[in-house]
Amino acid sequence: MPNENEILLEVKDLRTYFRTDDGTVKAVDGISFQMKRGETLGIVGESGSGKSVTNLSIIRLVPDPPGKIVGGQILFDGRDLLQLSDEEMRKVRGRRIAMIFQDPMTSLNRFMKISQQLMEMTDLHLPQSRSHSFEHAVKMLETVGIPDARARARNYPHEFSGGMRQRVMIAMALSCSPELLIADEPTTALDVTIQAQILELIKKLKQETGTSVILTTHDLGVVAGMTDHSIVMYAGKIFEQAPTRELFAAPGNPYTRGLLRSVPDPITDQGKLYQIPGLPPDVAHLGPGCPFAPRCDRAADICRNEFPPFVQLNTEHYSLCHFAAEVYRESQQDAPSREASI
Amino acid sequence: MLRFIIRRLLITIPTILVVITLTWGLIRLAPGNFYTGEKKIAPEIEANIRARYGLDRPWYVQYGRTMGHILLLDFGDSLKYGGQPVNRIIARSLPVSATVGILAYLLALVVGITIGSIAALKQNSRWDYGSMTLAMLGISIPNFVLGPLLVLIFSLSLYWLPPARWNGFFSKNLILPVLTLSAIYMAYIARLTRAGMLEVLRSDYIRTARAKGLRERDVVIRHALRGGLMPVVSFTGRALAFLLTGTVVVEKIFALPGLGNYLIKASLNRDVPLILGIVSFIAITLLLMNLLVDIAYGYLDPRIRY
Amino acid sequence: MFTTLNNQDQPINQPATGDAGDFVVGSSLWKDAWRRLLKNKLAVFGLAVVATITVASFVGPPIIKAATGFTYDFMPQNVLLLKSMPPFRGPEVSLSLTHPMGTDNSGRDILARVLLGGRISLMVGLISTLVSLVIGVSYGAVAGYLGGRVDSLMMRLVDVLYSLPYIILVIVLLALFRSSTALGQLVLLFVALGAVSWLTMARIVRGQVLSLKNQEFVLAARATGVSTPRIIFRHIVPNTLGPVIVYATLTIPTVMLSEAFLSFLGLGVQAPLASWGSLAAEGIQNIAIFPWQLIFPGVTMALTLFSLNFLGDGLRDALDPQMRK
Repeated sequence: MPNENEILLEVKDLRTYFRTDDGTVKAVDGISFQMKRGETLGIVGESGSGKSVTNLSIIRLVPDPPGKIVGGQILFDGRDLLQLSDEEMRKVRGRRIAMIFQDPMTSLNRFMKISQQLMEMTDLHLPQSRSHSFEHAVKMLETVGIPDARARARNYPHEFSGGMRQRVMIAMALSCSPELLIADEPTTALDVTIQAQILELIKKLKQETGTSVILTTHDLGVVAGMTDHSIVMYAGKIFEQAPTRELFAAPGNPYTRGLLRSVPDPITDQGKLYQIPGLPPDVAHLGPGCPFAPRCDRAADICRNEFPPFVQLNTEHYSLCHFAAEVYRESQQDAPSREASI
Repeated sequence: MLRFIIRRLLITIPTILVVITLTWGLIRLAPGNFYTGEKKIAPEIEANIRARYGLDRPWYVQYGRTMGHILLLDFGDSLKYGGQPVNRIIARSLPVSATVGILAYLLALVVGITIGSIAALKQNSRWDYGSMTLAMLGISIPNFVLGPLLVLIFSLSLYWLPPARWNGFFSKNLILPVLTLSAIYMAYIARLTRAGMLEVLRSDYIRTARAKGLRERDVVIRHALRGGLMPVVSFTGRALAFLLTGTVVVEKIFALPGLGNYLIKASLNRDVPLILGIVSFIAITLLLMNLLVDIAYGYLDPRIRY
Repeated sequence: MFTTLNNQDQPINQPATGDAGDFVVGSSLWKDAWRRLLKNKLAVFGLAVVATITVASFVGPPIIKAATGFTYDFMPQNVLLLKSMPPFRGPEVSLSLTHPMGTDNSGRDILARVLLGGRISLMVGLISTLVSLVIGVSYGAVAGYLGGRVDSLMMRLVDVLYSLPYIILVIVLLALFRSSTALGQLVLLFVALGAVSWLTMARIVRGQVLSLKNQEFVLAARATGVSTPRIIFRHIVPNTLGPVIVYATLTIPTVMLSEAFLSFLGLGVQAPLASWGSLAAEGIQNIAIFPWQLIFPGVTMALTLFSLNFLGDGLRDALDPQMRK
């Protein structure tokens, strides 16, 4: 029985670069984090922040060309995934690490019945269960809440609604009982009401199976009720990481604060919606200083010229900022009013 | 699905009639007729011939009678080939054309799909560039150039294969004609397959398949091929008409007694029943095959099927 | 950040605008495309070859005539020369530059015939494509712009015509109406071949027009009272030129191939004129003994088509980079 506090995933200084006509895009540029077994980790960031590429790097599905993991280590259960051969990595995928993607409409093979798509996976990874693979598939579909699962298993993907399709994807991903589930923006393509259902489903399944989950999103609201720890990414770097409650209560980074302010709150916000000014940076052509400096409301000269340090604010709470400590203190002072509005 | 088929049939049948009518019209408008050759004939004899063949009736009567017969698939007798029924001539020459055509296309499918798939899987490798350049050559060399070249090399220089003539269905005589006809389609299919596979291999559901830990071989064969080959299916519909004309050329080069040969000779001879017979037959075959291809396409894509 | 090259909401001869305060050198859509085309070595090779052969076909015959007196139908009086001579061979001498491609059975210089054949084949390709372009673009633009019922009807007609097995009809047509004059047959060819390819052109243009007609520049033109035909032809059509050019460049080799095989079957270009197809038909008679009679016209044609195809592919990549493999 594995120790509950054992570290399942440890990413060390991961770098994934893309070669484009425009130059080298450093999609992920030196990130490090840890994940304990059984916990849910949230990765938050705008488009282009590198969160999806991080996920693809862990499972080693970065499209090559043009992308390549150029450095770092990804220690999964003690073994560095980047050192595995293709064949060994292939055995990990689906069986020990599973991934679900953003758009369930295009992520399922529209030419195959979903029962076939489910069974294909279990037949591959759990050969002992081949005779029961259909039953297993039906059971998985029931677990994710597909009504009339036995009949619907023989349907094609286009005969399901968006939310149902995402449930099917989740069923598929969990059918071999993986230790880690990577959910890459699983709700972005869905309606708001369906989003909530899917997130609830993931939460429930996680509790039932003990699977560790990495939940990636650009929406802070998604992360709030779901995750134990959170990482905020920007321009390929981790800007802040902390236990989720701490992150929301006392953010130590201007970017995180900006993100939090952007979440519309009908009670306290009167009229204007806040948006972090400016656009995400061109990651192929970054300057020497802090990548967020052009958009930060407290940027000083040091921010523009010098790359910020990774400051430890608390146990498990780090922030990449020259003024991390000040921002943190300010947040703690604001804390009571913000906690109330979350 | 059934409605789809019925709707297509309803469009196809009038189209066939239009084609036949057009041909009939063209024949009528064309100068010359089957009984004039170099000689001039006496008016009484001409009148006799015209009466015998019903050519002295008004045009709409002739049209009606002709169409009436055609609808019963009765094309009459050839005017030039000593009273042989058109249907018999067709029955004799059809297998020749069909064999060459079908073998050529099957060969093109097998070779083209294989080469195209490998090129897509090894994108930008030497194999990719090499095979695509070769495909480009295949598209550019006309079949009436390729055919004689092949004959030059394999028959007249190396003595491996017979240069011409029909010698039954399983003879070596088939090899060069089939190869000649097949080349351009091999090239097109290879290019289409490569493009189709490249596009499919980039899609999300292939990423999912890989994320499931499937072997690359299974990803390609079980997941990618189905979607990647759809362009080839659509192409087949359009290619059929050109395959036919290719057959005509190949028949001429290799002196094969096929339908195409007869069509041209019949047109030059103004052999009306034979022209109409062959054209009708070809039109029906083409349109039916197109229908089959469309049905196949609809069947292969579950979104259309259900 | 990047200038999109689907700048169809701007008249094409205006510079493309980038983001505010940028350092992107403004360049028009066409200049960009031309630059990209030039970077594509295969396309440049294709362009060069096609240009060379075209120039040679038009300029060559007069030069040869002036230099040696040979034309495509010049048959030598000297009976001794009325046999087919291999390339670079003179009547008595073993190496001579008189006939670089040899002669045919009547002593006619093959180089002159190949060049004339080129002129005719290229002309047929070009003119037929132009014919189908004019018809197709007009038809498609009108259908797309007018929309609604008219559009449906017009496109339905296209669908019906598309399903006709054209080539059969063309073969029958050409065989039935064999003109007594070579020129007459040529005109017939133009019409027949042009009639085949306008359909796809119409479809392409209609699709483009449908997406263009709701853009602002059209509304602006209408607001200032520009008449409908003028809108269609002076404003919308120029913006559809990209795909039209690509399709036209790919149609030319197709049409040339059609003409070639029709001539090969004896239905196209008649003697004494020659096209590459008819030359091949002549050449194939004696392939066993005089293979050069077929090889030269054949290889020239293949080379031209090869180059045209590369050029077409290159144009497609240059004008629509999203389609790149």
